[in-house]
Amino acid sequence: MAERILMKGNEAIAEAAIRAGCRHYFGYPITPQTEIAAYMAKKMPKIGGVFLQAESEIASINMVYGAAAAGMRVMTSSSSPGISLKAEGLSYIAGSDVPALVVNVQRGGPGLGGIQPSQSDYFQATKGGGHGDYRMIVLAPASVQEMASLTIKGFDLADKYCITSMILADGTIGQMMEPITFEDTEPSVYEKPWALTGTECKRPHNVVNSLYLKPDQLEKKNFERFEKYAQIEENEAMWEEYMMDDAEICVVAFGIASRIAKNAVAEARKAGIKVGLIRPITLWPFPTKALRAAADKVKSFISVELSMGQMIEDVKLATESLRPVTLCNRTGGMIPTPDEVLAAIHKAEKGEF
Amino acid sequence: MEHKRLTLFAGHYGSGKTNIAVNYAMLLAEEGKKVCIADLDIVNPYFRTKDSESELTEKGISLISSKYANSNVDLPAIPAESYRLVQDKSVHGVIDIGGDDRGAYALGRFADAIKAENDYRMAFVLNRYRPLTSTVEDAVEIMKEIETACGIGFNCIVNNSNIGSETTKETVLESVEFADRLSLATGLPIWLHTVEKNIAEELSDLPILPLKLQKKYFDLPN
Repeated sequence: MAERILMKGNEAIAEAAIRAGCRHYFGYPITPQTEIAAYMAKKMPKIGGVFLQAESEIASINMVYGAAAAGMRVMTSSSSPGISLKAEGLSYIAGSDVPALVVNVQRGGPGLGGIQPSQSDYFQATKGGGHGDYRMIVLAPASVQEMASLTIKGFDLADKYCITSMILADGTIGQMMEPITFEDTEPSVYEKPWALTGTECKRPHNVVNSLYLKPDQLEKKNFERFEKYAQIEENEAMWEEYMMDDAEICVVAFGIASRIAKNAVAEARKAGIKVGLIRPITLWPFPTKALRAAADKVKSFISVELSMGQMIEDVKLATESLRPVTLCNRTGGMIPTPDEVLAAIHKAEKGEF
Repeated sequence: MEHKRLTLFAGHYGSGKTNIAVNYAMLLAEEGKKVCIADLDIVNPYFRTKDSESELTEKGISLISSKYANSNVDLPAIPAESYRLVQDKSVHGVIDIGGDDRGAYALGRFADAIKAENDYRMAFVLNRYRPLTSTVEDAVEIMKEIETACGIGFNCIVNNSNIGSETTKETVLESVEFADRLSLATGLPIWLHTVEKNIAEELSDLPILPLKLQKKYFDLPN
């Protein structure tokens, strides 16, 4: 087995990206994700890669767009307010169907907010953020090990579908340290015949663009793109189930909230309460099938979030509102304790909705 | 253990400087010394000496820390009170320096006074299980960057090699050989091996400072 090393979540993302073959990083510092840029600044020059601190978030996302169009594995990272600034570029990248990896280590908002952890960019990540009809694959790591594995997965999915993969982490997982292992694997390589690599006068020009002069052509393009999105929804949803076999209450939580919820579920089981956990690993595509199947078995759902309740809307949609869904949340940089989640489980058991 | 008037802990970020600084300050206080600990971190707004404020105060240790530490104000600020460390020679000073060369710049302001007094330990805190200090060459590179940034050379090594909750006696023993190689490459002695309390008891033949870890809120299952 490969050696165990002690890493911060942010460092794990950076190291995993390098191992996935990423040699182009463009970014702008912001707490709590600056270690990603710091790690890249240290390592990229040693391996012939590019680390560039741009003059702004807007510049850095457009550098990502350019390198992606040239067929490179490329990434940027930021935290909540910085992702808002990148939103225009995210839309252009989506409209041009080029692959990229974008990391959001979320902090409390709205506005400048604070620098403590949050999950309140769920809407922004899964429902748009930029303008126009588009989607991003959204991956939600719940451990430092997953910061690494989902970064590698994110690059592969991005290349496979010519789409942006977003790692939606939070300040806690970005900052905390856990022992992890990197397996010795070669990065996957995808053919990119559309990339701007120079024609050498041997082939017609490739064009990467999001501008369509005629509306019927733009409509056709959007329809095609949504066929691709339908495929992703069908094939790429990921989730983890914990103690769901005989569960009568289903806790739904992702990222750091799921780690806390797991404590509470284990504690509630000791008290004889039949409760389980579904942890979405992809937030888009949302694990609709798992939630819909659970709705036939359980009496109610609890959505545990570090926000005012954003994923809860997708839980209601996925379960077709067949069962009551309650919210257990903290916001603004505060984190629910296992006891707070346990109290919500006790309320659900008593049927208090 | 012989103590210098000033003890400085610097190193790669996440190597354990703050934890060691707090534990060492406690040890000095337990030996009856008048102790002052200063947080000179201008890089990381989290995991600060201030986390241990109540325990330090309880032991009569004075804490010099930016009032913005652990707040949403992400400012690289150092309180004026920090000058007490070099001016008030009646105290034993422990200085917790920010990570890497960027963190060490703040120390530069005090470098001349510290060197003139010449009663200090400047310790490089090493965790060989961290990715950017996992080879001797990389560790030496970070040491040199820190020395250039702050203008003070290291004069000893603290081996704090650990893999968090999975650390065992073997993890520590395996790291001793690495620390020895760093010692040979730099010509600096290993001052201490720092190990969590319950493991420290199994390693009595090494020069060890047992560590009590800073406040942890709750365990996270995988």
